[in-house]
Amino acid sequence: MANIDYSEKIPNNVRLNEDRTLQRALEQWQPNYLNWWSDMGPDGSQGFDVYLRTAVSVDPQGWAQFGHVKMPEYRWGIFLNPADPARKIHFGDHMGENVWQDVPGEYRANLRRIIVTQGDTEPASVEQQRHLGLTAPSLYDLRNLFQVNVEEGRHLWAMVYLLHKYFGRDGREEGAALLERRSGQQDNPRILQAFNEETPDWLSFFMFTYFTDRDGKFQLCALAESSFDPLARTTKFMLTEEAHHMFVGESGVSRVIQRTCQIMNELRTDDPAKLRAAGVIDLPTIQRYLNFHFSVTIDLFGADQSSNAATFYSTGLKGRFEEGKRTDDHMLKHDSYKVLQVRGDALVEQEVPMLNALNEVLRDDYIKDSVGGVERWNKVIEKAGIAFRLKVPHKAFHRSIGTLADVKVAPDGRVVSEAEWNAKVNDWLPSPADRVFVASLMGRVVEPGRFANWIAPPVMGINRQPADFEYVRFN
Amino acid sequence: MDMAATTLIRQHLIDPEICIRCNTCEATCPVGAITHDSRNYVVDASKCNMCMDCISPCPTGSIDNWRTLQRHAAYSVTEQLAWDTLPAELSAEQLADASAAQIPQPLESDVATAPAGDQSTLKGGSFGATIPPWSAAHAYTNLYGPKAPEHSIIATVVGNVRVTEVGTDYDTHHIVLDFGSMPFPVLEGQSIGIIPPGADAQGRPHHARQYSVASPRNGERPGYNNLSLTIKRVLEDHQGNAVRGVASNYMCDLRIGDKVHVIGPFGASFLMPNHPRSNIVMICTGTGSAPMRAMTEWRRRLRQSGKFDGGKLMLFFGARTKEELPYFGPLQNLPKDFIDINLAFSRTPGQPKRYVQHAMRERGADLAELLADPNTCIYVCGLKAMEEGVMLALQDVVSEAGMAWETLAAALKRQGRLHLETY
Repeated sequence: MANIDYSEKIPNNVRLNEDRTLQRALEQWQPNYLNWWSDMGPDGSQGFDVYLRTAVSVDPQGWAQFGHVKMPEYRWGIFLNPADPARKIHFGDHMGENVWQDVPGEYRANLRRIIVTQGDTEPASVEQQRHLGLTAPSLYDLRNLFQVNVEEGRHLWAMVYLLHKYFGRDGREEGAALLERRSGQQDNPRILQAFNEETPDWLSFFMFTYFTDRDGKFQLCALAESSFDPLARTTKFMLTEEAHHMFVGESGVSRVIQRTCQIMNELRTDDPAKLRAAGVIDLPTIQRYLNFHFSVTIDLFGADQSSNAATFYSTGLKGRFEEGKRTDDHMLKHDSYKVLQVRGDALVEQEVPMLNALNEVLRDDYIKDSVGGVERWNKVIEKAGIAFRLKVPHKAFHRSIGTLADVKVAPDGRVVSEAEWNAKVNDWLPSPADRVFVASLMGRVVEPGRFANWIAPPVMGINRQPADFEYVRFN
Repeated sequence: MDMAATTLIRQHLIDPEICIRCNTCEATCPVGAITHDSRNYVVDASKCNMCMDCISPCPTGSIDNWRTLQRHAAYSVTEQLAWDTLPAELSAEQLADASAAQIPQPLESDVATAPAGDQSTLKGGSFGATIPPWSAAHAYTNLYGPKAPEHSIIATVVGNVRVTEVGTDYDTHHIVLDFGSMPFPVLEGQSIGIIPPGADAQGRPHHARQYSVASPRNGERPGYNNLSLTIKRVLEDHQGNAVRGVASNYMCDLRIGDKVHVIGPFGASFLMPNHPRSNIVMICTGTGSAPMRAMTEWRRRLRQSGKFDGGKLMLFFGARTKEELPYFGPLQNLPKDFIDINLAFSRTPGQPKRYVQHAMRERGADLAELLADPNTCIYVCGLKAMEEGVMLALQDVVSEAGMAWETLAAALKRQGRLHLETY
């Protein structure tokens, strides 16, 4: 592995060949990455030819090249969106100055922390999903899982590139640690809790890619505003790939709902027991999965009041979602924002300085976006003529971070007693029995054009290929 | 040669049922044609130039939806923002109703009405034939268009190369369109209509623009269902005022794989003779060379396969400079005993201005010999401004050779042997 021709093996637009120090760092990191991939990447996938989208450049023609790719030989490219030499810092204390092409010494630790936290989520989700290939409901879905996985792997490359290029020895050590932590492992877990949860079945996977990868979108959007230009450009390109992950989630859940509705209409019943007997996932169970993944994901945005968030913003490290489209002063020193507090047994809104509430601002933007997709799922139910609506639970429901961590709140926003919570938790979150049932439906379907009973086929194939296309060749 | 108006457009739409609102299309669109609210992502038909940049980055495929519509009934942004589902494609009957008032027919009909033998103005329209030469192959016309069952056909760009040297004010492109398995038979001298995407300043979809086919009947590449066009970017009008040609710039910027909406073919008289001893005199400027290239290439292919002998080709070709003359290199490579090439440059530094009529007069004796042969057909294509000079030169050449111009001109017109297409 001593001589890697990076321009050939790793498509990049960062002139890897011209930077010997960086090359040496990556030459050491890459074999460890490949070891990690073979240990922790998709289970039993070695040698498959998968119909993947590979980026070979960042322009519209280059970033979506489709073709069968042997999984371990996927070309993990390093891509930064083209630089804008006139780009200025557009928020915080440095507003109006030129963006940074290098890391300012005083912000080094914070920037490294941001990049490491983002980078840690990428291999984590691959680890969480590694057994799912064995229970894919179709070749189409199996292909989508692999696409998500290789892109998460590429996003790790993107973050490791930044660590190696701009953070010297510290960066190399952090890069190595990214391959050492393991999702769910007790002694060396992944940094964020949602990335230590299991993804045991495909409904969880779809919920994860809908909710948690959407968190990725919002975090990447905030980083794409960064004054540290290489970070902004890297994350901007990552966003184009993140879109596919959210698509897998949104369309996946939608197809589960569609199939359930179809059977509900065929059997003329909404009885979960009968529907389960017919081999589909009843809508209340889907609601409980939704409650779980939504609540776990909104914790990822951090505490509702955070001085770190204020510092990151004021120093220009991390902007807000769509910072450029906002019309305030982009300093926020005199603004306030409402966050939830518990007073007695009620939730009340409290005005706090905006800068300290930026996690909450991003969380609320995220919630708005999530609700939109849930409403589109409701359209599927509505179209089937069924009187049931899925609903995003209250923001305070099932929280483990911030002031809301200490209080039990029902999905409708009522503060409830410990006893009521315990009595009803299985109505609100997936019970062990729910998980056992969903797991019982998971069986591998690998015949082209066939789909497991519990999920409807997609409206259209990937890259306009037919549904019965051989998306994965097992050789 | 922009002439044909069409009331039908293919509108680019996003399927709200499939779209996940990930913003990739809006971030990708180079012209800002995609916008959104909290409900939907939509394409503004007045801004979309159908560059297709948004198509492959879309993770869902929802972006790849198209509807044929009357241009005045194109779905507005406001309408699209309120959709839950895509509207159905209009039925053939609905579209037929919509296309009652349709495309004016191409140029030939205008030419036909000019009185014959009117020498006071020497406008080409007076002399041009409205019927094809007797041996011309039969042409298909209007296979695709508002009155046809298929209102347009989609061609794929399979080639786009610049054919004039780089560095001049304008550039001319050789563009190859492929029709896949759809029938689109053309003959040398015919033209096709291109519908540029988007809309004009008034928000109305653009009219179709007509371009002469530059390739022979069996394809730019022999045996393939493709054809080529010669297109010069228009950056100023005939009076020299700055204007950016919508269709020519759209066409010149196309990339391999892009899709183009085409109507046609058009033209049933500007067609070449087929019989083996027929001669062809070609007089052209700039992109007026397109039909001449088609005819020359067809003759070259016939000659190569041994199916042709005796017929002569004579070309008068004008441009401002050698660098601006399309296909200059390939022209130079044609054998002298196959084609008699006469070039005229009006802006060669240090040289007097020379136009095609000067070259015609210089070659008067040889030209007159061809004109006296009833097997000769004459084709003129290029800027309107050349027409009068060319007709005067023809008249002088004929007269100086001792022939009666009136008699010959009448015969050329009546027999479908003199064809003019100027713009």
